Amino acid sequence: MIVIVGAGPAGIAAALQVREFGLAFTVIDDNPTAGGQIWRGDADRTRMLGGELRTGTRVLSIDAAAHTLLVEDADGARWVPYSKLILATGSRELLLPFPGWTLPGVFGAGGLQALVKSGLKVGGKRVVVAGTGPLLLAVAALLRAKGANVRLIAEQAPVSALAGFAAALLRRPAKLLQGAGLGWSLAGVPYLPNCWVTSAEGAGQVERVTLRRGAKTLTEECDYAAIGYGLVPNDELRTLAGDSEDVIVAETGDVEYAWLAGEAAGYRAAGRPLDESALVAARAFDAALQGAFALRPELRELAAPETLVCRCEDVSYARLAAWGSFRAAKLQTRCGMGPCQGRVCGAAVRFLFGWPDTSVRPPAFPARIASLAIQEPVTNGDKL
Amino acid sequence: MSPRFPGNGTRRGESLLTMIRIWVNGAEILVEPGSSVAAALLSNGVAVFRHSVTGEPRAALCGMGVCFECLVQIDGDLQVRSCQVAVREGMRVTT
Repeated sequence: MIVIVGAGPAGIAAALQVREFGLAFTVIDDNPTAGGQIWRGDADRTRMLGGELRTGTRVLSIDAAAHTLLVEDADGARWVPYSKLILATGSRELLLPFPGWTLPGVFGAGGLQALVKSGLKVGGKRVVVAGTGPLLLAVAALLRAKGANVRLIAEQAPVSALAGFAAALLRRPAKLLQGAGLGWSLAGVPYLPNCWVTSAEGAGQVERVTLRRGAKTLTEECDYAAIGYGLVPNDELRTLAGDSEDVIVAETGDVEYAWLAGEAAGYRAAGRPLDESALVAARAFDAALQGAFALRPELRELAAPETLVCRCEDVSYARLAAWGSFRAAKLQTRCGMGPCQGRVCGAAVRFLFGWPDTSVRPPAFPARIASLAIQEPVTNGDKL
Repeated sequence: MSPRFPGNGTRRGESLLTMIRIWVNGAEILVEPGSSVAAALLSNGVAVFRHSVTGEPRAALCGMGVCFECLVQIDGDLQVRSCQVAVREGMRVTT
């Protein structure tokens, strides 16, 4: 049995390929529905997985030598054998700490998009969209289509970098058309390059954000703030799997493309396996994106000494700064040891201090005690 | 929060027959099927989902099951990510 982890565009593409070969497979996904963040809830896109889909299921651990993985769902946990394991776990958002970022009503940009796609009503809500990348435009367009009052889009990249991105778009006309479509649906919404949120304020929830635009400061009243600084790959399972010829990380083709699809809003072609030339083009586009939306150094200065960096254990910037590595900071402060296991603060700490998070261990998600007590089947390393 | 009545939080043209009834901190709310618990809470004016280890108010952040900020109690299960669970008829949610 081939096991595919992740039912987003990359996982679906992998599944369709495997089915074409006439092989049996199971797709496991943590989300309640298939489709990942891009096709979230899009039944037409996800129906094709048929009965081979297990949603609401988390992978806790992988034993690559024994070809099994420990999964947990609402009913309990079990070891699942695999012949080949395809990891298509996609990305999460880079969320950077600033004063007030823990206030209710401050979301990731993709975060608010995901919540709207899962039913959040935003009609009449005043929303500030900020951060970096083309995703901000897609998020703002969705919010507007759902009746939100998008106050402004703050893009931290300078105008000069955006011009470079526009040039890259011109080499990819399909993307340009998508961009134009978004532009139309966003008519009248200020798009402010060279602008970023420096703080969020409010009593118990966000009421306004303060932004810097070049040398100027502006304040915007809002009900929600959607702030995201690009994507970080979900590579925990890849780390747990280690090097194994029977573990395939769908990154060179599918995941990279899924990433591109999400970030560049190239929805239409997502989910189709890429041929070599499409992959080269996708990589070039990706490189243009990375260059245009490189994070400005000022973002490292946003957190005040008392600003929390680890939101699970409430560890402030000042407490972290005293240590020289993630490991030391972790041992001394519990940063990264809460329920998210460093999924949020890990990338932030890396950006702020340059410390990589090197300590991924099972269970990959918080698990029930009973799940950890389940005995692994003895396989002598044979493929089941 | 105060109880909600049929019609509150529904879109025009949406049949009440298709709505799902859940209980949030003892109060009844009607939500669309397929909605996540996190989306249902926010749409119905629940701004704070939990308090952090130092007592700060928190709510959903990443929307995709990564950050664990949206933990609530669902049908007696402690610490469930409300963004990763779809509403079910009769579900009882405690923030």
